[in-house]
Amino acid sequence: MNDQTPTSAERAERLQGMGCKRKRVEDIRFVQGKGNYVDDLKLPGMLYGDFTRSPHAHARITKIDTTKAAAVPGVVAVLTAETLKTVNLAWMPTLAGDVQMVLADGKVLFQNQEVAFVIAEDRYVAADAADLVEVEYEALPVNVDPLKAMASDAPMIREDLKDKTDGAHGARKHYNHVFNWQAGDEAATDAAFDKADVTIKELIVYPRVHPCPLETCQCVASFDKIKGELTLWGTFQAPHVIRTVGSLISKIPEHKIHVIAPDIGGGFGNKVGAYSGYICAIVASIVTGRPVKWVEDRIENLSTTAFARDFHMETEIAATRDGKVTALRCYTIADHGAFDACANATKWPAGLFSIITGSYDFPTAHVSVDGVYTNKAPGGVAYRCSFRVTEAAYCIERAMDIMAQKLGMDPAEFRMKNLIRREQFPYTSATGWQYDSGDYHTAMTKAMETVNYKALREEQKAKQEAFRRGETRDVMGIGVAFFTEIVGAGPSRACDILGIAMFDSAEIRIHPTGTGICRLGTKSQGQGHETTYAQIIATELGLPADNIAVEEGNTDTAPYGLGTYGSRSTPVSGAATAMACRKIKAKAQMIAAYMLEVHDDDLEWDVDRFRVKGNPERFKTMTELAWAAYHEVPPGMEPGLEAINYYDPPNFTFPFGAYICVVDVDVDTGETKIRRFYALDDCGTRINPMIIEGQIHGGLTEAFGIAMGQIIHYDDEGNVTTASLMDYFLPTAVETPHWETDWTTTPSPHHPIGAKGVGESPNVGGVPCFANAVNDAFGFLGSTHIAMPHDHWRTWMAADKLGLHA
Amino acid sequence: MAKTQIAMKVNGKAVDALVEPRTLLIHFLREQLNLTGPHIGCDTSHCGACTVDLDGKSVKSCTLFAVQASGGDIRTIEGMAAADGTLHALQEGFREMHGLQCGFCTPGMIVRAWRLLQENPSPSEEEIRFGISGNLCRCTGYQNIVKAIQYAAAKLNGTAFQEAAE
Repeated sequence: MNDQTPTSAERAERLQGMGCKRKRVEDIRFVQGKGNYVDDLKLPGMLYGDFTRSPHAHARITKIDTTKAAAVPGVVAVLTAETLKTVNLAWMPTLAGDVQMVLADGKVLFQNQEVAFVIAEDRYVAADAADLVEVEYEALPVNVDPLKAMASDAPMIREDLKDKTDGAHGARKHYNHVFNWQAGDEAATDAAFDKADVTIKELIVYPRVHPCPLETCQCVASFDKIKGELTLWGTFQAPHVIRTVGSLISKIPEHKIHVIAPDIGGGFGNKVGAYSGYICAIVASIVTGRPVKWVEDRIENLSTTAFARDFHMETEIAATRDGKVTALRCYTIADHGAFDACANATKWPAGLFSIITGSYDFPTAHVSVDGVYTNKAPGGVAYRCSFRVTEAAYCIERAMDIMAQKLGMDPAEFRMKNLIRREQFPYTSATGWQYDSGDYHTAMTKAMETVNYKALREEQKAKQEAFRRGETRDVMGIGVAFFTEIVGAGPSRACDILGIAMFDSAEIRIHPTGTGICRLGTKSQGQGHETTYAQIIATELGLPADNIAVEEGNTDTAPYGLGTYGSRSTPVSGAATAMACRKIKAKAQMIAAYMLEVHDDDLEWDVDRFRVKGNPERFKTMTELAWAAYHEVPPGMEPGLEAINYYDPPNFTFPFGAYICVVDVDVDTGETKIRRFYALDDCGTRINPMIIEGQIHGGLTEAFGIAMGQIIHYDDEGNVTTASLMDYFLPTAVETPHWETDWTTTPSPHHPIGAKGVGESPNVGGVPCFANAVNDAFGFLGSTHIAMPHDHWRTWMAADKLGLHA
Repeated sequence: MAKTQIAMKVNGKAVDALVEPRTLLIHFLREQLNLTGPHIGCDTSHCGACTVDLDGKSVKSCTLFAVQASGGDIRTIEGMAAADGTLHALQEGFREMHGLQCGFCTPGMIVRAWRLLQENPSPSEEEIRFGISGNLCRCTGYQNIVKAIQYAAAKLNGTAFQEAAE
């Protein structure tokens, strides 16, 4: 019988477990247009909501007249702050410990702020009527410059906080101040700078950008008056958080709120927060007794929900003359807009920004961040990165290049000299993080060898000479970036959202026939969770991935979880999945021992079965054990085969990577051409290489967009000038470069399967790599730092400033 | 608002309906015909998530009134697979080559690629990239979408698909 049994390797391959390029389960519905997104939902009697928004960035509201709007046939109700006050919902708490207006209460603080919510029988009528809400404004002075926010004569943004000397994160030093947050050792850092051989200092600005997923934020609220229950479908990256926050705000008991996140058309951080649209739709459904749909349009999306970055980082590095870094100092002004609605773990007002020492062995560092209020939209989400990590990576990677330039060293050589060495892991950074694992020099060396870095530098040198001789008007830049991410938030000792520890969960039920279902507290927005979680289970339990259904996004059925963002699904819920599997496997082993009449310890695991040690012909497959779990468990054992795990990670995970970019810049037009982009990522254990590669392509494309063109720009009057896809750069297939991907594998030592998470690495590493490439192109002409975005116009301006058009 | 009678062919079936003159084609398809494959991603005709085929051309259905399509022949993603459920080569290619992630751009992207391959059955990579430049994708970085379209082109042409070396 043995010769008919497939080998272990053949059986393993059939499972489609970890490490295989399993095709995605989700695609079957998506390629046929059968995805189920929020706006596809149609309920009987459903109404549509639309906002009247402020044209002013800062103004007092002297009058709101809804008479004309309410008179439009088909309009059912119009909500204003006054209406919301009757249910105590004119303001709502933010995730960051601040409060935020749901509808403008007395004044508006940013352009396009929500002023009134019109509910009508169809979306066209709602839009018509929203235009007929008459609002009288009295304009106030506007400030959109965070560096001027704490001036003595700056306009006061938040009159509601006028007398509050303390905010959610300690003392406030100005009426427009949100918080000050520090990490590292200030005195030691100052001392290191005092005796430094060489120092650099630069104001490095990461402009305000927006995640801009293709599907905007939207929801349908349906309140059942008889049962007193609310069902809320929405584009939620964190459905359980929405349920809990929804309950706290609305006072509807949490068990009477059902939150459902169906398919989501991309999130990238945009869909973490709680927005006015959700609250208004809920109130509207309670008021009207009918389901209410709210769907953001693109302009509303870009100008009101969830900006990212807007970090203004004055950065210094100290180093020895021979190129060893000795200290880092960074003072940052963070523009939080009109309300602090940052999506961070609650104790971290500047997120995990103190990862700013990056991949380098800095003996000491000090970081200080001041958050300020301005007349801009609130938000502050992590646009495809862990909380504020891309800001830190951009900052350190630009600063390292600036220092290399000052020292006259090659930027790659300078990095090699300062990268944390393999034997230093686990490594404690100067700001207190414990990096779990890494092999940075191997990664950097592999990257440099693959692109033939030496030859590129020689070519660049020849081109620079040709440029100087006037033989070409192109300059060539080589961008190098080595990043370390901190993801997988996170350990409960460090991370919570409104007091809820940032664990995550998986519940697995194996059915009698050896198939099963896994439900999780995370929520895919394109990451392919239905495919990859099943692969973890396939490997752990020896059941084919095709036999495992994965379900997320229904708070009634899924175990509690904190959702998907900050590359936390694999590090946290992936770990929970593996741990739940191991509970199931332990029970299955006891059943197998009983059936085979041996001791538990006499069994060993072989791909999809337990077999008797030394007698491999005696075995029970997992499928057989699943059946047995429902009809012949050992005496005293509970029947069934299921487990749940809430995983509180012992540490964050620290994916890393080495990226190299080659760009050619035409100094007369400012046009840039990415000739080559090589990305080496180390995300620990690789679950599905196809999906990893796809995520890296996507993240690099977003990084390309950010570095080369994206900015949410405001004029001096607070008008947002980039609020549509006419003006906000999303790369098309034509501009997008070709991506070369590569990897090394350094498993996380504390994660059950060694996986670290990958989705955000390319954004974190990609942005500084593009920026360094453009800067490197101009470095030989005396340029030190050219700010993002590197669009053609700004690049032309930079060339002009260098006198290249004389 | 007074309604207008329209009639057209949608995915091979005759359809007639009453619509407001201002009803956009995308809303007519999604809300009256329940064809929710095409999506709305922007307000400015840039993203292409709403792309459908009208009388042999790719059109952005958010920028046409339903009345303008009256008398026309429309194909949406729902009309792409064969009657027996067999996926079109493009649908298969998108899955095989991992040409999608969140799936929101996919219906528009496939319908656009369908027309592209009829206009040019053997497009070069550059021609594919230009040909789909009216359709934005935020997840994939396009590289695998290009491969998916090459896969489909090869299958439809009966030639072997060769994945370009990385």
